[in-house]
Amino acid sequence: MPYRDFLVTYSDRFIDGTLITLGQFGLAVLVAIFAALISGLMKMAHSKTVRAAATVYIELFRGTSLLVQLYWFYFVLPLFGFTLEKFTAGFLTVGLCYGAYGAELVRGAIQSVPRGQWEAALALNMSPAQRMRRIILPQALVTILPPWGNLMIEILKGTALVSLISVADLMFETRQINNNTYLSAQAFGTALIIYYIFARFMLTPIMRWLERVMARKIGRT
Amino acid sequence: MLDWKLDFTWEILPRLIAAAGNTMLAAGGGYVVAVILGLVFALAQRTPSRTLTFVVRELVEFVRSTPLLLQIFFIYYVGPQFGLRLSPWTAGLIAIGLHYAAYLSEVYRGGIENVPKGQWEAARAINLSTSQTYRRIIIPQALPPALAGMGNYLVGILKDTPMLSVIGVAELMHTANSIGADNFRYLEPYTLVGLIFLAISLPTAWFIRRFDKALRRKMGLTR
Repeated sequence: MPYRDFLVTYSDRFIDGTLITLGQFGLAVLVAIFAALISGLMKMAHSKTVRAAATVYIELFRGTSLLVQLYWFYFVLPLFGFTLEKFTAGFLTVGLCYGAYGAELVRGAIQSVPRGQWEAALALNMSPAQRMRRIILPQALVTILPPWGNLMIEILKGTALVSLISVADLMFETRQINNNTYLSAQAFGTALIIYYIFARFMLTPIMRWLERVMARKIGRT
Repeated sequence: MLDWKLDFTWEILPRLIAAAGNTMLAAGGGYVVAVILGLVFALAQRTPSRTLTFVVRELVEFVRSTPLLLQIFFIYYVGPQFGLRLSPWTAGLIAIGLHYAAYLSEVYRGGIENVPKGQWEAARAINLSTSQTYRRIIIPQALPPALAGMGNYLVGILKDTPMLSVIGVAELMHTANSIGADNFRYLEPYTLVGLIFLAISLPTAWFIRRFDKALRRKMGLTR
């Protein structure tokens, strides 16, 4: 079958898969941001217990494989009484896994905000929550964006693993097409190109643009 | 509800530990490929040939921004279509090695670019050839700062080896899957796999951190 015909025949399935992948990606990013922010802040808390809880989360997810976590969330967690739908288990696990990597970025970025900023906020009689929200986090955001861009690409790549718990994402559809047609080069090659286009020509430019906007907003150009 | 069966645990633990040996073998083999190929990628991007630099640069970007799982499938299944049959182990090591070579080439590049320009000029002044300069002046200085990054990717490779289970490499995840399917019990095998990974990767990461610190102190680079 010529490649053109192949594309025409299977474009619907590639598109369906891509949409699911994008959904998984978007939701996983939200989970990751949330988890990274919370655990990154917890890691800097005064209370030893809070710090320990964050460390356990981070080391647990960074010390094991995403695939192991995915199977565990999907097959073992129901035994504890939490049954997750496969779609939910997918983005939740991917998000939690990369959130653990993001936590270190959050902590590093917050600590890189100069001492004087903390002191000035204190001198202005801001409460700790105000100081964090209005002074520290906006400046930390500028520092964190470049490495966070790399993490976003890792998250996109990580979502391919949800196909192994049968979420019908791009990877899953591609395998199905391959199983039906044995046209491996065409099937896997097309999927590689789709992932590449998303990472290189959409995600990366958006992150660059965000970096520029944030730097301008904070008066650093 | 939850019932952890101890006798089942003891029954499957030896099989899982044996499979952990295969996991480490796959990680080690993939790492050797990545370390060598990564250096080739890094050096190819420093040759005067613009075409070669461009092609390798794009290849590295491509490999880095697409999923390893997909690359594993691609390498394993596309070969036979053109009459080249690869065993799961060979395909797996090539895929994982290529993927991490792309990451390692960036680590090397950073290390090489960090060597002060004066070193190049000095090497030139004493009439060293390019290959001599790399071998005797640049790489010895570029390597130590890059070692921490290289170590982190060793842990990264280890954690990505479970993906090889999809093409039938009998590593930890694959073994856990078949134990689970045979006994209809997933709690113990999957939990044990997680614990075995922690038992390997946490000490390795700790050791790499210590090693990096000691190395930096020795080189007078304390942060």
